[in-house]
Amino acid sequence: MSFSHILRSAMVPACALALLGAIALPQPALAQNGPLRIEITEGVIEPLPFAVPDFVAENGEAAEYAANIARVIASDLSGTGLFREIPPQAHISRVSSFDAPVAYEDWKAINAQALITGAVSASGGRIVVKFRLFDVYSGQQLGEGLQFAGTPQSWRRMAHKVADAAYSRITGEGGYFDSRVVFVSESGPKNARAKRLAVMDYDGANVQYLTDSSSIVLAPRFSPTGDRILYTSYASGFPRITLMDVGSLATRSLAEQPGTMTFAPRFSPDGSRVVFSLERGGNSDLYMLDIGSGGLTQLTNAPSIETAPSFSPDGSQIVFESDRSGNQQLYIMSASGGEARRISGGQGRYGTPVWSPRGDLIAFTKQNAGRFHIGVMRTDGSEERLLTASFLDEGPTWSPNGRVIMFTRETAGAGGEARLYSVDITGRNLKQVSTQGAASDPAWSPLLP
Amino acid sequence: MPFLPKAMLLVAALGLAACNNPDRFGAGGAGAGGAGAGAGGGFVDTTGLGDPNDPASIAYFNQRVGDRVLFAVDQHTLSPEARQVLAGQAQWLNTNPSYAVIIEGHADEQGTREYNLSLGARRAAAVQNFLISQGVSAGRMRTVSYGKERPIEVCSDEACYAKNRRAVTVLSIGGGV
Repeated sequence: MSFSHILRSAMVPACALALLGAIALPQPALAQNGPLRIEITEGVIEPLPFAVPDFVAENGEAAEYAANIARVIASDLSGTGLFREIPPQAHISRVSSFDAPVAYEDWKAINAQALITGAVSASGGRIVVKFRLFDVYSGQQLGEGLQFAGTPQSWRRMAHKVADAAYSRITGEGGYFDSRVVFVSESGPKNARAKRLAVMDYDGANVQYLTDSSSIVLAPRFSPTGDRILYTSYASGFPRITLMDVGSLATRSLAEQPGTMTFAPRFSPDGSRVVFSLERGGNSDLYMLDIGSGGLTQLTNAPSIETAPSFSPDGSQIVFESDRSGNQQLYIMSASGGEARRISGGQGRYGTPVWSPRGDLIAFTKQNAGRFHIGVMRTDGSEERLLTASFLDEGPTWSPNGRVIMFTRETAGAGGEARLYSVDITGRNLKQVSTQGAASDPAWSPLLP
Repeated sequence: MPFLPKAMLLVAALGLAACNNPDRFGAGGAGAGGAGAGAGGGFVDTTGLGDPNDPASIAYFNQRVGDRVLFAVDQHTLSPEARQVLAGQAQWLNTNPSYAVIIEGHADEQGTREYNLSLGARRAAAVQNFLISQGVSAGRMRTVSYGKERPIEVCSDEACYAKNRRAVTVLSIGGGV
């Protein structure tokens, strides 16, 4: 990800004018690959201690952002489970100037291995956030300092960008904090659940509702650029895949065929096509729709249930679920249809496969012995690992960097309620995502530009 | 007091075990609250239930004929009991050709969302095919699946699941759908 060009956000109206630009600070870049390093795949046992003192407010207007930005950065990094914050109360040094030399000994004394310092200035409806990351024990800056500029309401995004940069430099992986999640906000009793589409920052902030709850909506999915959303709507009285423009909230039904039901849509990686299930006469098969031309292609033709398709990141293949063997299992076929090979082989039933953005893994829902699990397997079905277990876990979605999975967990009984959870692909760091009320069917956006 | 008997009748009807289409949901249902009227298939929603003692009323169909059939776990085959109910439905529908039909398929919560949509569709289609085989015109019927979105029983035990795995035949006035 380059910070050196003008940033444009096509993501969400609130952000459209938000980030004006980010530039590298005129400070020589130092050791990019110092000893400060976390290998995520090895499963971190001891989180790396870091400190992020309040950013320096460079003028009075900036004061309200200076501390908040540091808190969001700390929350992002701590939330990964890979980092542990040394709280501000424990800090010895006060950072009073962004360009003052770092008192490494003071940060070593409290065992902060990474240090993030920054400053904010605000004027005329514009704030500028700059930061530097330091490897305390080697006494060096890690990567170059960066500066972000934007509107004051985009301050959280700037904080997420700082955290993404720090995470990325220390782990060697792409970040995922400056991202959004579209989901279904739920209310009302279990036998009359009201559902509406909503979108929020990955950490639950900045919730925006996209539909009212006058009709059932299910399983929204972001387009590859985050500017459109596909979902299943009962607005016509029958389930239909619907395309929404996030900026204008304009919607239209796709692939309308009388007497059929359409559902489980997902974008192709180039955003030009939709793969989905079409049900006719009780039988569900997979179809591809070219959004521009409206051209429809049938991909499967079997009396079994074929649903929950998801593209490989290169667009060449589709993973989906089918009960053609007698119960739900996972299959991969060419994106143009044809022969499919089964990849799931363990005990139980497998559904809702989602291809990792890195291309290496398939996340899925597994039902076995009365329990639901979120799991991952390689694309050949090997190395299956179950990450969660509960009464009802389902519907995984990948973080933009392919390291974290968000999903729906619903509790049992009359008072049962759905909430969003996330878990690392190592199975660590299982936690609830903060939402105001009940929520289901999360879908993660790509990293924002 | 012309309104009281009517009100009492309504309450009595709602209180009966067979229920008056509790699946006609206020929000998000097919044609619910008039939302479906004129949209898509042109399903007309607002229909009086009528007197359950009137054999041509919707209330009679719902309560006496039986508006729903139940299914085994993850199945869509019709049991002998279900066939009996549906034979009665077919007979009634053939006698009362002015009613249009939406068959709603439902699943219990033990399953993923997409799969349950497909399963509900299979159940609705099984009912539709049976009714067609009994002489009910296909042009009068539509199907819709709610998957696991609209349970009528809310506990997480088989006692509730058994009632949620259902296909409900919902009537409205109007020759076609």
